[in-house]
Amino acid sequence: MTEKIIEVQNLVKRYGTFTANDNLTFDVFKGEIFGFLGANGAGKTTAIRILCGLSAPTSGKVKVAGFDIYKETEKIKKNIGYMSQKFSLYEDLTVSENIRFYGGIYGLSIKEVKKKESELLARLDMAQARDKLIAGLPLGWRQKLAFSVAVLHDPKIVFLDEPTGGVDPITRRRFWDLIYEAASGGITVFVTTHYMDEAEYCNRVSIMDAGKIEALDTPENLMKKYNAANVDEVFVKIARQTDREDSTTNKLAI
Amino acid sequence: MITIDNISKSYSGTRALKNISLEVKDGELYGIIGPDGAGKTTLMRILMTLLLPDSGTAEMNGFNVVKDFRKVRQITGYMPGRFSLYQDLSVEENLHFFASVFGTTPDKNYDLIKDIYYQIEPFKNRRAGKLSGGMKQKLALSCALIHRPQILILDEPTTGVDAVSRREFWEMLKKLQQKEITILVSTPYMDEANLCDRVALIQNGQVLEVDTPDEIISKFKRKIIRVRSDEMYRLIQDLRNYEKADSVFAFGQYVHFTGKGDEVEPAELKKFLEYHRHQGIEAETIRPVIEDVFMELMQGENNVGTKKSGIERSIMDERRSMK
Repeated sequence: MTEKIIEVQNLVKRYGTFTANDNLTFDVFKGEIFGFLGANGAGKTTAIRILCGLSAPTSGKVKVAGFDIYKETEKIKKNIGYMSQKFSLYEDLTVSENIRFYGGIYGLSIKEVKKKESELLARLDMAQARDKLIAGLPLGWRQKLAFSVAVLHDPKIVFLDEPTGGVDPITRRRFWDLIYEAASGGITVFVTTHYMDEAEYCNRVSIMDAGKIEALDTPENLMKKYNAANVDEVFVKIARQTDREDSTTNKLAI
Repeated sequence: MITIDNISKSYSGTRALKNISLEVKDGELYGIIGPDGAGKTTLMRILMTLLLPDSGTAEMNGFNVVKDFRKVRQITGYMPGRFSLYQDLSVEENLHFFASVFGTTPDKNYDLIKDIYYQIEPFKNRRAGKLSGGMKQKLALSCALIHRPQILILDEPTTGVDAVSRREFWEMLKKLQQKEITILVSTPYMDEANLCDRVALIQNGQVLEVDTPDEIISKFKRKIIRVRSDEMYRLIQDLRNYEKADSVFAFGQYVHFTGKGDEVEPAELKKFLEYHRHQGIEAETIRPVIEDVFMELMQGENNVGTKKSGIERSIMDERRSMK
């Protein structure tokens, strides 16, 4: 794991006087499962939007899949995959239509899309569901398909934004099977979650708070460092610390 | 007290609730635990008189949710899953509005919401739409309590909320419970079951189990072996290929394993893993957690799903062996 897929140096993003990302520096490596954690409003979404080429930083050096975040956003978009819980597949399109639609969006040729489609349907054992609407599919299938579509164009990295929120415990674990499989095949996985047990499945996790990365290490090392039994405890220790700072600022505001 | 008797509800052919019967005692903190699509919201909307059941009856402190709907609305507070306050009214305006709808004033019941509201009071002139997630939640809870309800119904108050804010929210609920409010709360997070007096585990519109979290775990007879090694992904694959494996599920840094007929012993697993050259092996029998129980019950309820998963799994395994 030496090839860097994401390189971030001194990333700052300001909105007016508010600093959403405060001097972030980190790397993510090839084939790594990287957990991106943080409290609500810590600045995760801002950072992900920048890494996906959807928003430019105020300052700092950022490279994703080897491309520069200021000048090569279109190349970045072609080399990344994205999936969230809220938005992934079109419910009123069929399985096949969704695959073809995303294939087109990612710029694959008709021939490539056809080949990918039959491969994918065979692999997921979904050939018989090819003309079914997404709306009628069981959740577990939808999730699998959504993930497979997000990596249809063989991206170097896939961003998963709370992919398992509200999902039943078995489907949630099957989804992590897909993540492991993708990572072992060399795809880098950048994932956010509110399930702290899932944080422990990551090779490394970063914990953001109030715009800063407060901790970044393997789950084991974080537990040792914070003298915690699991990542949940680490998270609470870090976020509660800043909570106190927050309440002081609130008092000042009054 | 909430009495739910044989409630069913369908939406255009899909059965969202199938003969649900539950009883929530006075002053209880009662959890409805289940994933998206289990029927949690439908059940709560029926109790809140916002939806009519197809069959069955329900009573809130003796009032029927269909016939006595006005009375039911007076005695219950409701926090729906989606933020439902007026975004363009200020914090204070929202509170006054909800109080006046119920013919009361914020001052009259301030003691009830004080602990919660004081945290957002510094922002009382801010529009509700401009609040952070945690503050919105506190305002919504304050508004649901402003008429001093006897019963409080909370639909997934902690979904999408970070681990720290979730803890704080449960601490607030525990305090409210001491003020003799009956609380019915739903959540997809299995670990939150432990914070309730009693829980109903639900899936696909059916009740899988009802009891105190402790009892649910004590009743569960499967032997759970907690396993780890230094290579998580390979560990899961190897354990799944073990001929005596029944279920293999990741649990944070560990794997929870059940053997066929519960006949596998930790020592045996250790040997198996040593043979496959794993390092840093640990294996011990542990007391199950709610999530173990839920998954086992789910598989029992949903045999079709399990069969499919078998096929899916074997396809994945085949592909791996082809590589």
